[in-house]
Amino acid sequence: MGTASPGARYGDGDRGPRFRVSEMRITRRSTVEELLTALPEEGTTGLSLEDGARIAVIGGGPAGSFFSYFLLGMAEAVDLPVTVDIYEPRHFSHSGPAGCNHCGGIISESLVQILAAEGINLPPSVVQRGIESYVVHMDEGSVRIESPVHEQRIASVFRGNGPRGGGDMPWDSFDGYLLEMAADRGARLERKLVSGLEWVDGLPRLRHPGEGGSTYDLVALAVGVNSNLSHLVRGSEPGSATRTTRTYICEFQADQRIIRETLGSSMHVFLSDIPRLEFAALIPKGEYVTLVVLGDDIDQALISAFLASPGVRRCMPEHALPTVCNCAPLINIRGPRKPYADRLMLIGDCGVTRLYKDGIGAAYRTAKAAAETVVFHGVSAEAFERNYWPACKAIERDNTIGKFLFGFTRTFKVLGVWRRGVLRMTTREQRKEGSRRMSAVLWNLFTGSASYREILMNTLHPAFVAGMLWNLALGIRPGGNGHRKTGGVNAQGHTGQVVG
Amino acid sequence: MRRATLGKSWADGEAIVRQGEVGNSMYVVQAGEVEVLRETEDGEVRLAVLGAGDFFGEMSIFEREVRSATVRARGEAQVLTVDKRTLLKRIKKDPFLAVSILQTMSNRIREINAELVRARAAAASATTENPELETR
Repeated sequence: MGTASPGARYGDGDRGPRFRVSEMRITRRSTVEELLTALPEEGTTGLSLEDGARIAVIGGGPAGSFFSYFLLGMAEAVDLPVTVDIYEPRHFSHSGPAGCNHCGGIISESLVQILAAEGINLPPSVVQRGIESYVVHMDEGSVRIESPVHEQRIASVFRGNGPRGGGDMPWDSFDGYLLEMAADRGARLERKLVSGLEWVDGLPRLRHPGEGGSTYDLVALAVGVNSNLSHLVRGSEPGSATRTTRTYICEFQADQRIIRETLGSSMHVFLSDIPRLEFAALIPKGEYVTLVVLGDDIDQALISAFLASPGVRRCMPEHALPTVCNCAPLINIRGPRKPYADRLMLIGDCGVTRLYKDGIGAAYRTAKAAAETVVFHGVSAEAFERNYWPACKAIERDNTIGKFLFGFTRTFKVLGVWRRGVLRMTTREQRKEGSRRMSAVLWNLFTGSASYREILMNTLHPAFVAGMLWNLALGIRPGGNGHRKTGGVNAQGHTGQVVG
Repeated sequence: MRRATLGKSWADGEAIVRQGEVGNSMYVVQAGEVEVLRETEDGEVRLAVLGAGDFFGEMSIFEREVRSATVRARGEAQVLTVDKRTLLKRIKKDPFLAVSILQTMSNRIREINAELVRARAAAASATTENPELETR
């Protein structure tokens, strides 16, 4: 039996861990390589938790809250009493950056369903708008893609308590709701700052400014890629650490009635031929509209060009004013090669997440896989490798396909004939019952409801390829858009209509 | 406070699922109430009233039988549909997800057992008070 901790247990015949570095200190400036090489040399196979084990979760965003919630539930199911401390100094009840985790705030269709099956139902105070359709805007026109079940199964939410300067908001933060859920299950919320991580006798020990540290049997880092603590997991060696890119998010305020009339219960996605723009989206949220832009080297010129484009002017609510709440957060586009070590794991955005879409869904999946690993398999690097890493690896593999799909879209969206073909095929599908292959591909691509692999397979189906070629051919024909442009309809892109 | 509820809105008395139909979804009540009704030769028997957070239709996820009861909105209700395919694909990757559904199903079996015990006790009591009932 190991001697290091009352909460640590080692496999039969194990001599207990020996450590290369007995008091390795890792600070905000440490790299992921330093963090992950401060490991026990041997003898850690079978390292697992026992009664009274202490677990620290650094970061109270969705990954940290999901991890704590599921870990406590599973531990209770197997009669394993553990303590979970969540370190989150921010209050998500604050508006503006102080309480925000900087993202567009979309909960995907598949995640809404899975959470409901888990017994986690988002209350009306958290859901800003139930989304039931997507409107795809291109330079040639717009088309609305209806939810396959004609139901509001996508949620737009505020990660914090809404935009800065919004006053006392009558709604709740999504992140705050999840954190409360974890606390209700028994997690202790520590409002302390964590300034560093060190290893003492093989156990992780958190350091706090101006006071002593706390020793744990496991530390789960769920700090995202935008917090100061993300330095803990950002390495210097190329290929070893998390890679990020910047997005741009801005909140616009307008009359709620006008937002409903112009944007409806739809998320609006733009595939415009604007240099450096990957794609952009407008998300209705009560009396606010969230603009999310993804592209290369986003600057004011790109944002101005986008806001001035015909598609945006067509659907941006009248008199919508940009609030002071805008930001350019980092997003993870490739996780570290090995997001774990003995007694240490990276979950959520600072580990492995989904490319561009459904980051909260990826946080749910990796956090739950992490919790299952810890409770049923232990806290050794080997246990993480066998049981946690496959969930991460599956996401990373799928992201590779996602990069191909987005690269393909980036290449072809500059071609008018391609855009017309996509628009025509989607419009025809939305007008009639039956097979909706292009609609399904676009729906899944933009909502994040299906894996990139599934989307790719759908595009390789002979019927899809034939349909696309046919519509491309019609688009090449002079005047062959194939649809009479319907002026006068509003920007919600009425189903089956091409908005001129 | 403004309300933005997920799912689909159902009017009072509207049938969300019908007994005897083939189903491929389960449902989670988001707001309002629904009633579960068993249609018999003597009319409808109300089995349960479900509220926000409760789910129904989960048997169709695990078996291919037709719906065993009709579920109607009791007042205006908002109900979220969970696709069988989405759920089973996730359960394949994360079997522990099935545990929360099984816990609810287990609770229902417990409630049905209690109901059965009460019904049998009532029947036995009626027989004791009126022995003629047993001979009929």
